[in-house]
Amino acid sequence: MLKLSLAPAAAAAAACLLAAGAAQAQTETPAADNITATHEEDGRYYTADDIPTFHIADDGTVDWLTYSGYRRYHSECHVCHGPDGEGSSYAPALKDSVMQIDYYDFVNVVTNGREHVDSSNTNVMPSFGDNANVMCYLDDIYVYLKARGSGELPRGRPEKHDPKPDSVRAAEKSCLGL
Amino acid sequence: MTKLLYLSTAILVGGTVAASANADLQKMMDDPNQWVIQTGDYANQRYSDLDQINKDNVGDLQVAWSFSTGVLRGHEGSPLVVGDVMYVHTPFPNTVYALDLNNEGRILWKYEPKQDPNVIAVMCCDTVNRGVAYADGKIILSRADTVVDAIDAKTGKLVWSVTNGDPSKGETNTATVMPVKDKVLVGISGGEYGVRGYVTAYNLSDGSMAWRAYSTGPDDEMLVDPEKTTQLGKPVGKDSSLNSWEGDQWKIGGGTTWGWYSYDPDLNLVYYGTGNPSTWNPSQRPGDNKWSMTIFARDADTGEAKWVYQMTPHDEWDYDGVNEMILTDQEVDGQMRKLLTHFDRNGFAYTLDRENGELLVAQKYDPAVNWATEVNMDPDSDQYGRPQVVAEYSTQENGEDVNTTGICPTALGTKDQQPASYSPKTQTFYVPTNHVCMDYEPFMVSYTAGQPYVGATLSMYPAPNSHGGMGNFIAWDNINGKIKWSIPEPFSVWSGALATAGNVVFYGTLEGYLKAVDADTGDELYRFKTPSGIIGNVMTYTHDGKQYVAVLSGVGGWAGIGLAAGLTDPANADAWQKAAGRASTGRELGSEERNVATAGLGAVGGYAALSDYTALGGTLTVFQLPN
Repeated sequence: MLKLSLAPAAAAAAACLLAAGAAQAQTETPAADNITATHEEDGRYYTADDIPTFHIADDGTVDWLTYSGYRRYHSECHVCHGPDGEGSSYAPALKDSVMQIDYYDFVNVVTNGREHVDSSNTNVMPSFGDNANVMCYLDDIYVYLKARGSGELPRGRPEKHDPKPDSVRAAEKSCLGL
Repeated sequence: MTKLLYLSTAILVGGTVAASANADLQKMMDDPNQWVIQTGDYANQRYSDLDQINKDNVGDLQVAWSFSTGVLRGHEGSPLVVGDVMYVHTPFPNTVYALDLNNEGRILWKYEPKQDPNVIAVMCCDTVNRGVAYADGKIILSRADTVVDAIDAKTGKLVWSVTNGDPSKGETNTATVMPVKDKVLVGISGGEYGVRGYVTAYNLSDGSMAWRAYSTGPDDEMLVDPEKTTQLGKPVGKDSSLNSWEGDQWKIGGGTTWGWYSYDPDLNLVYYGTGNPSTWNPSQRPGDNKWSMTIFARDADTGEAKWVYQMTPHDEWDYDGVNEMILTDQEVDGQMRKLLTHFDRNGFAYTLDRENGELLVAQKYDPAVNWATEVNMDPDSDQYGRPQVVAEYSTQENGEDVNTTGICPTALGTKDQQPASYSPKTQTFYVPTNHVCMDYEPFMVSYTAGQPYVGATLSMYPAPNSHGGMGNFIAWDNINGKIKWSIPEPFSVWSGALATAGNVVFYGTLEGYLKAVDADTGDELYRFKTPSGIIGNVMTYTHDGKQYVAVLSGVGGWAGIGLAAGLTDPANADAWQKAAGRASTGRELGSEERNVATAGLGAVGGYAALSDYTALGGTLTVFQLPN
């Protein structure tokens, strides 16, 4: 099995690499299931294709990354994209976007931004490539939005969540340069 | 309206060679037939002496004509009418149209500045712009990218242009400008990007800078005199701002100036408020964070601060102090006073003496407000003038990474920038308000120039134990600090009000209704659904002796972000409030009774999605009585 051993904390550093790799990823056969977690590593969950994903236990407890993504989304993304990934009067509902584009496209757009300006549109997504508050939590935000888009996580703050894994704590520290 | 066709072409714009630009402008403001600056007049009363349309006939109102702006995003502010020309602005790209009222609104000229679209990405909450101002034969446009353009009002040609800020650092503009004497005052936005706020006066003749005053930092850069500048009657002392921050944090400390400006010609003082301190995480910036969240009174010629009053020291909730300062002369305890009334985001309505900054009244203008019990009014207390914060709702006290729940009002405030109106006839203020509460969880963030610098997670829901709606339109008595009447609204009221001598008060709603109510009772007299939600301000004017009422539709702004998909289902919110509260703070959150009441709000439709009612689209709608 191909092991994509990219820790989320390293995402910022590897962002350019990822963006470059996106084209290659698109040529591969799309995954049969881009949602279901098949394995766990230090509190992070992955699909069969090693794409980060969420995990919600039978009692509703969400994994740490999903909970963290909820918080980061509502700090960094919500001011344009609206509460709970639902979209605003002008910015798309990201809970739907993440179901339509793959992980690498997601990383690419967040890192490099996107512009759609013509006679009827004035939509500009900024590039967050040098924003540690976003880049250090890319996977968190991604899995949170996937949980929302899949319909498995209702609106609002997740009720219960796993504790913060030590490996995540360490990766966060090094990513933020603390 | 074919009648308009036969009117002779009149002079487009009033005399530009008047001896004094200021006297000229004052005269035009006093003329109720025109609307020459966004606030109507320097006092920010948004009151018109026109009474052709009155409470007896307003029910007959009909649409005279309409105009599409060609832009889809949120439309704040209003058109101007100068002589026989109407000036209409848009959100980014900040196009300005001059429409010929003698010729059925034919476009005389169109001005579209060339702006780098990257500025859109650093505007925190939609690309709104609160409109142009007229002065000295020019239309003054303060663009999104902070460039200020002075455009010849007759020809639409650029006269001068000056750059007020740097969007690469997150400095942008959404506000209108205020022309005063031979200068024009310009503010700055970017409190969510760690921008250090300032207000700048440019010379109307050529755009050269006359003075600039920062909200934070060293005394000389704030134009604050340690001995002469007072707060509540006492000199502020040396380094009043520097002493209230840790280290150099004031340099990225916010206090932006994106609200409204007013001016008292007799006192020669200009008034405005400053925004939130950056970041939204209070634990990261110990101290009072002066002079964020502050009312400033400055000399119009020199910019020197005469008095200040900080309403929310060490903000923990994003309660920007930028809302308008409404100037009135009223009797208090048998004595005529020069008053300043301000409806703050923090939910308190303040009445001050605008000459010396004395605090006369500070009362909640929404009973839901709970983050503070009161503002201390005892001059002998060390708490004088300070809000008395309730520990349960203190995001500082509860700390980082703790979700503080049930705070009222939400960060949008009991009222945001949408301006209130005052009728001297009824001595009443008419105030568009939000009726929304929030959970607020601050956490550590790092600063990067030009990137968001927020540091808190928010979720919002309609005020518990109330009517389930997200707004009210209220009548306020500023002398006694009391609500006279209140109209519940399903959504926040995000439109500026207009009161007239016809005893009618107009306002717009987020679903798109223009409403007219009785100034005495609040009874609804008229409503019309315009093409899109209204976040613009209602204005009135006459043309050829006939009164018109006009408003911009075009949903967006903060309302379009927060309410487009509706707020969180309160029933669900309640469940996780309890769970999260226990998990993260170990404390119970309020009584079972409150929780049940919160959950019950869903039935009233309090979390309805705005997108079920209206869609994007910038349109001007002009109303008249039937011929």
